[in-house]
Amino acid sequence: MDWFNHLNPTFQSLIISTIKVVGVFGAVLTMFAYAVLAERKISAWIQGRVGPNRTAPPLALKIPFLGALLQSWGMFQPMADGLKAFLKEDFTPNYVRKAYFWLAPAISMVPAFLVLAVVPFGSKLGNEPMVIANLDVGILYTFGIVSLGVYSIVLAGYASNSKFPFLGGIRATAQMISYEIAMGMSVIPIFLYVGSLNFSDVITWQANNGWLILYSPISFVIFLIAAFAETNRLPFDLPESETELVGGYHTEYSSIKFAMFFMGEYAAMILVSAMMVTLFFGGWTLPGLSTPASTIAAGLLHIGIFVAKLLAFMVLFIWVRWMLPRFRYDQLMDLGWRRFIPLALANILVTAVVLWMKAN
Amino acid sequence: MIVKREKLTFWERLYLPAILGGFKITASHLVDTLFRGNNAAKQTSKGYYPEVPWTVGQNYRGAPYLVRDQEGHTKCVSCQLCEFVCPPKAIKITPPGPDGKPADRANAEKMPQEFEINMLRCIFCGFCQEVCPEEAIFLQKDYSLSGLSRQEMIYNKEKLLSLGGTHGGIQKWKHKLEEAKEQENFPVKV
Repeated sequence: MDWFNHLNPTFQSLIISTIKVVGVFGAVLTMFAYAVLAERKISAWIQGRVGPNRTAPPLALKIPFLGALLQSWGMFQPMADGLKAFLKEDFTPNYVRKAYFWLAPAISMVPAFLVLAVVPFGSKLGNEPMVIANLDVGILYTFGIVSLGVYSIVLAGYASNSKFPFLGGIRATAQMISYEIAMGMSVIPIFLYVGSLNFSDVITWQANNGWLILYSPISFVIFLIAAFAETNRLPFDLPESETELVGGYHTEYSSIKFAMFFMGEYAAMILVSAMMVTLFFGGWTLPGLSTPASTIAAGLLHIGIFVAKLLAFMVLFIWVRWMLPRFRYDQLMDLGWRRFIPLALANILVTAVVLWMKAN
Repeated sequence: MIVKREKLTFWERLYLPAILGGFKITASHLVDTLFRGNNAAKQTSKGYYPEVPWTVGQNYRGAPYLVRDQEGHTKCVSCQLCEFVCPPKAIKITPPGPDGKPADRANAEKMPQEFEINMLRCIFCGFCQEVCPEEAIFLQKDYSLSGLSRQEMIYNKEKLLSLGGTHGGIQKWKHKLEEAKEQENFPVKV
């Protein structure tokens, strides 16, 4: 590490940030691959099937016991899925608006990855805080960027120049307007409690005072439901809704472009799970394990805790898909505008009054 | 009749009972499959598909094939009723024409020169079987048809006959022939 200490600080932080960015990027892509597997397996179990249990690369079955076990768990399936996505024919219909058609999948993953940069995924490794960018306006930045996620869907709907994607795009805009407001307002009580917009401060506050879900359960419920709408997952997968709109906004897409939308959806799921863990469930802390790590092992443990909480939310997302039927278009708007926005406003008001009375 | 709609209670309008119900049923299925190994494949045929083929039901409608009679003769007489009735136009019959090959069984007027079924078009509706006056075509139990090209999925007469096997039952034309022969003898036995 001698050569590292001799570098000037700008270079040092540049190298460290690059390592963190690559690490998070790799972790999220791996998580995406295995989240797809988890989705397929869990849905299979719920429906009384066995799920993918056949794929194995050559030679893998030569490994005694372990090879066959991994095969039956479908552990090699993501590789096959990825390879398939790359090798399939990438078909572009001749009636699409080409530039936008190419642009839409390209920007589908960007917002999720941009936001993941400000989420603290661990306490410390050595002296380095485990967050890529410790922004003081973390939450504002988050909501600013997350809203851009809808552009890829709307653009895809417009660019495809055909009716089902178009309807999907329109639904996405309507859904986004109905939910973004409630979602944004639902977290305001959190910041009334914490007094800061920085995610790291939110975690520190929770380490000292207990998880925020205990203080503001209504915020959590609104945020959770809005998160389902935000990520276009059932029961709010209106832009996609296979049963009505064929494939919704990605009807005309194939091969790796389709896979990009898929990745975008899962990246968004990972992102909102990370946000819920950070905002309501104490981030990387557990009761009794909430001081920032001083050793590498403790630092890794904190990252492990964060990832475990995040995965629990991912399982919830997958499970709910089979639990509830899709909402109708107008029911969703009704829920957003007439139920959640007033509820979120009341929640802010009540929290403010309670805090004011406590202060006096 | 006008169905009277019950007003939902506040508890029901909260949507929570529905969520709980959904959770309960999915969880019970998940536990059943995951920990008790109670999946559909095991329940129906004691194993998984490619190794343990599916046993189809008695009234299953699989791929339509031509059949031969007990003596190994083509039953089809090229009447083309199945070709006309076929909703997706999957069947194509080439009749023998005035100087084609005669039928390979006695007393039948003709047999098809070529009989093709495009299995990619076939919808397994069973109209051909129903309409056939000769009991020459039957929907059998093959459900797993595959090929590497479109051409390969057009089954010709030879293939259809070899896949179809023989089918018993009355031999209408043989019967008629015997009747006709009987009439040669005088006086006619009744």
